[in-house]
Formats: sequence, C-alpha cells, structure tokens
Amino acid sequence: MNLDFTQIVPYIPFMLEGIWVTLRFVIIAIIIGFLLGAVIALVKISDVKVLRWLADFYTSIFRGTPLILQLMFVYYGIPQVLGYDISEFLAAILTFGLNSSAYVSEIIRAGIQAVDKGQKEAAEALGIPYRQTMVRIIMPQAMKNILPALMNEFITLTKESAIVSVINYLDLMRRATVVGADLYRNFEAYLFVGLIYYVIVMILTLLGKLLERRLSQSD
Amino acid sequence: MIKVESLYKSFGDLEVLQNIDTTIEKGEVVAVIGPSGSGKSTLLRCLNLLETPTDGHIWVDGEDLTVPTTNILKVRQKIGMVFQHFHLFPHMKVIDNLTYAPMTVKELSKQEAEQQAKLLLSKVGLSDKEQAYPNSLSGGQKQRVAIARALAMEPELMLFDEPTSALDPEMVKEVLDVIKSLANTGMTMVVVTHEMGFAREVADRIIFMDYGKIVEEAKPTEFFASAKTERAKDFLDKVL
Ligand SMILES: Nc1ncnc2c1ncn2[C@@H]1O[C@H](COP(=O)(O)OP(=O)(O)OP(=O)(O)O)[C@@H](O)[C@H]1O
Ligand SMILES: [Mg+2]
Repeated sequence: MNLDFTQIVPYIPFMLEGIWVTLRFVIIAIIIGFLLGAVIALVKISDVKVLRWLADFYTSIFRGTPLILQLMFVYYGIPQVLGYDISEFLAAILTFGLNSSAYVSEIIRAGIQAVDKGQKEAAEALGIPYRQTMVRIIMPQAMKNILPALMNEFITLTKESAIVSVINYLDLMRRATVVGADLYRNFEAYLFVGLIYYVIVMILTLLGKLLERRLSQSD
Repeated sequence: MIKVESLYKSFGDLEVLQNIDTTIEKGEVVAVIGPSGSGKSTLLRCLNLLETPTDGHIWVDGEDLTVPTTNILKVRQKIGMVFQHFHLFPHMKVIDNLTYAPMTVKELSKQEAEQQAKLLLSKVGLSDKEQAYPNSLSGGQKQRVAIARALAMEPELMLFDEPTSALDPEMVKEVLDVIKSLANTGMTMVVVTHEMGFAREVADRIIFMDYGKIVEEAKPTEFFASAKTERAKDFLDKVL
C-alpha cells in the first residue's frame, strides 16, 4: 500500500495554522448570520407587508442558489461592478454570514411562532414594550426550542466553509490541497484535515449539548 | 373609572360584541357570566386593548382608549390581567416573573422591585417559592404567582379571565381566597367566571352576557334570586 504519513510531518504546523484561519471566519460568519438572522426573523413576523416580502425574497435568494456561486459572485462579481478589490477574508465572511442569516432567520421565525401566544399577551398586559417582550420574553423561549436546529446550521456552516478554498483563501481545506500537490500525496493530507474538521464539529456538538442543558434548567 | 359606550367587536364577519354599554365605578367588583362563546373574554380583552374594538368607546379614568393617540402601554400599566392559563414566564424564576415588568416598565431598582415582590409573594402565601421556576409549581400556585405578578405593577384595575377554570378542583379555593382578599382591599375588578358561588359572594354586580350582548345587569342577590330575562333564567337553570 502506498501510504507514508511521515512525509506530511513537516507540513503539520502549516496545516494546523489553517484551523485558526478557518475558525476565524467561521466564527465571524456565525455571529453575523445569527444577529442578522434574528433581525430578519423579526421582520418576517412584523406587520409591515413590504418588509415581510423583502425578507422572504432575501431568504429565497440564498436558499435558491448554490453557495459556491454566491461566493464567486461576491469575490469576482462585486469587484467588477464596484471597482473595489474585496479580500478573500471579507468575501468569505460576507457570503457565509449572509447565507447563514437566511437559514437562521427561518429557524428563529419558526421558533418564535411556536412560543405560546399567551406569553406575548401576558407581556403586553403588563405594559412591557415590544422590543423587551421579544428580546427578554419570547426569544429566550424560542432559543431553547430551536437550539438543536441552530447548532445544526452552525455545523453545516463550519463544514461548508471548505468551499472558500476555491477563492484561494488559505483555510484548512486549501492547505490540504497545497500540501497534497507539493508531496504528490493527497490521501494523507486530506485525511489529516478531515480529522481536524471532525474534531471541530464534535466540539461544536458538545458545546451545543452543554448549552441545551443550561437552557433547560427551568424545567 | 371605566365607561364603555356602544362597543362593537367583530372577527371578520363574526360579530362577537354588539353595542356594549356599561360603567364600572372605582372599587367595584363586577362578575361577568354567560354561556361559552358569548363574548366575555373578548369584552375583557377590549378593556386593556389586547383586542382592538371595531367601534365604540372605552374610557379609563377619563382617557378614551379607542383614539389612536392613546398610549396603549401607559394604559396597560394601570390594568392588571390574570389569564385562565396563567402565562407565567417559564424561563424566569418566580421572583423574576414579579420584578421584570416593574423594573423594565416603571424603572424600579432591582432592590425596590424585589422588596415589593417578596411582600406580594407573602400575601399570596408563596414566600417559599421565590427561587422556584414556574414549571415546578402546581396550577393553584401558578395562578397565585400570576396574580402577584399583575399586582406588582400596582394596577388600579384588575381583570380576571376565568382564573380558576384550568385548575384541579382542590386548588380552586386557594385562588379564589386570594381574589376575595384582593376584593376586600377595595381593588376595582372585573372577573369573568363560571364560579357562581364566588360571583354571588364577592361581586357587587353581575353582568350576564349572551350572543355578544349584555342581556342583564343586576346585584347578585337580585340576579340569582330572580333573574329578569328568560335567557338568564335558562342559563342559571343549567349551571346551578
Ligand atoms: N381571535 C379570534 N378570532 C376569531 N374569532 C374569535 C377570536 N377570539 C374569539 N373569537 C370568537 O368570538 C366568540 C366569543 O369568544 P369569547 O372568547 O369572547 O367567548 P367567551 O364568552 O369568553 O367564551 P368561553 O366561556 O368559552 O371562554 C367565539 O365565537 C369565538 O370563537
Ligand atoms: Mg373566555
């Protein structure tokens, strides 16, 4: 069998550096996606029809086109139109953040609508303003129910982040390709970063479980 | 304190309230009774604008709630509401259920709000549940917390929508006792109830509704002894 793991040893620091490169933009994209997604979810349940329609349209665009196309569009398309040379990093967090916000907004919208209507009425009857009602009364209850779906979205984003290697952003995935090309040995390098992705996802899953347990202390 | 004039409410084509006129004086306890679907809850919910009236006027302390310039939040601060299904905030401890609105809406300090909350909890007999989460309480305890939560806003008027209907029979009394003692403090109250004994004992006036109209208004003694309308008599025959 043609396998030799010793050959990738000198490249290990190079590949490990990719963890931080990947995580850096994944974390920022998750935060953007979550905050923007929450706002879009609120728009989707608002009374303003035009805004609701816009939010639905926004969501359908990100759900209706391939992620890799969205990334290429932002990285190669936008500079052509705006004459602004966008960095790989910025293109990555923009694409993944906006894309994730579309999915997150659907998750949060469903979560909010699943909260008992009586909660909103009780808050209204106490004279609590809309914003506090949503942020402090409704959202925390919605969060508890949708946490598994949100974690799933974050995990998907983490794995799909490998797509940024097509714009030559030196993430984990890209580094494996570089090493493979250098050594003419792809199996070892891909296996190595594959393991790293797996560990990252397992850690995320664990964090989700811990958070879930914390949120259910009121039961 | 409250004056309702020619109040109408429709849901689509369904006219749920038709031409409601009534006045509720300060300190008065009014029991609203009537068959299911007669519009009792809807009337109650119009009083704090959880439902928007289709037509007519509601004055609370001389302020017309039905004009668009009314500050709904301000009005609601004066009106406490207790629901059939409690609607406590499940993610907050009992004490936080009581302090959240006063701190947020009336900008009480945490200390002031907690002091007041503790006093109210002792009044409803639940001092030991301060740190509990609502899900660990019995129905009767939940409803007493819900009453305390409404009182924490120091309302001038309390609305109760079938406060004991979702309770196991053995818990009805503890909740009714709390409501009674509240009535004795001179609180203005409107209580939708199926508890005829309670209505007779506590209310200053009975409002009997059927098909979205106030069919009869009378003192409890008169109403239960000799209802004037056929519909009220029929209803009493069924429930007593
Ligand atoms: N949000 C709503 N949309 C449509 N119809 C409604 C709505 N709320 C109430 N209704 C209808 O209005 C009518 C009166 O309802 P309401 O809840 O006021 O009756 P109720 O006297 O409180 O009855 P119950 O004793 O069963 O609580 C019913 O026919 C009900 O189906
Ligand atoms: Mg009702």
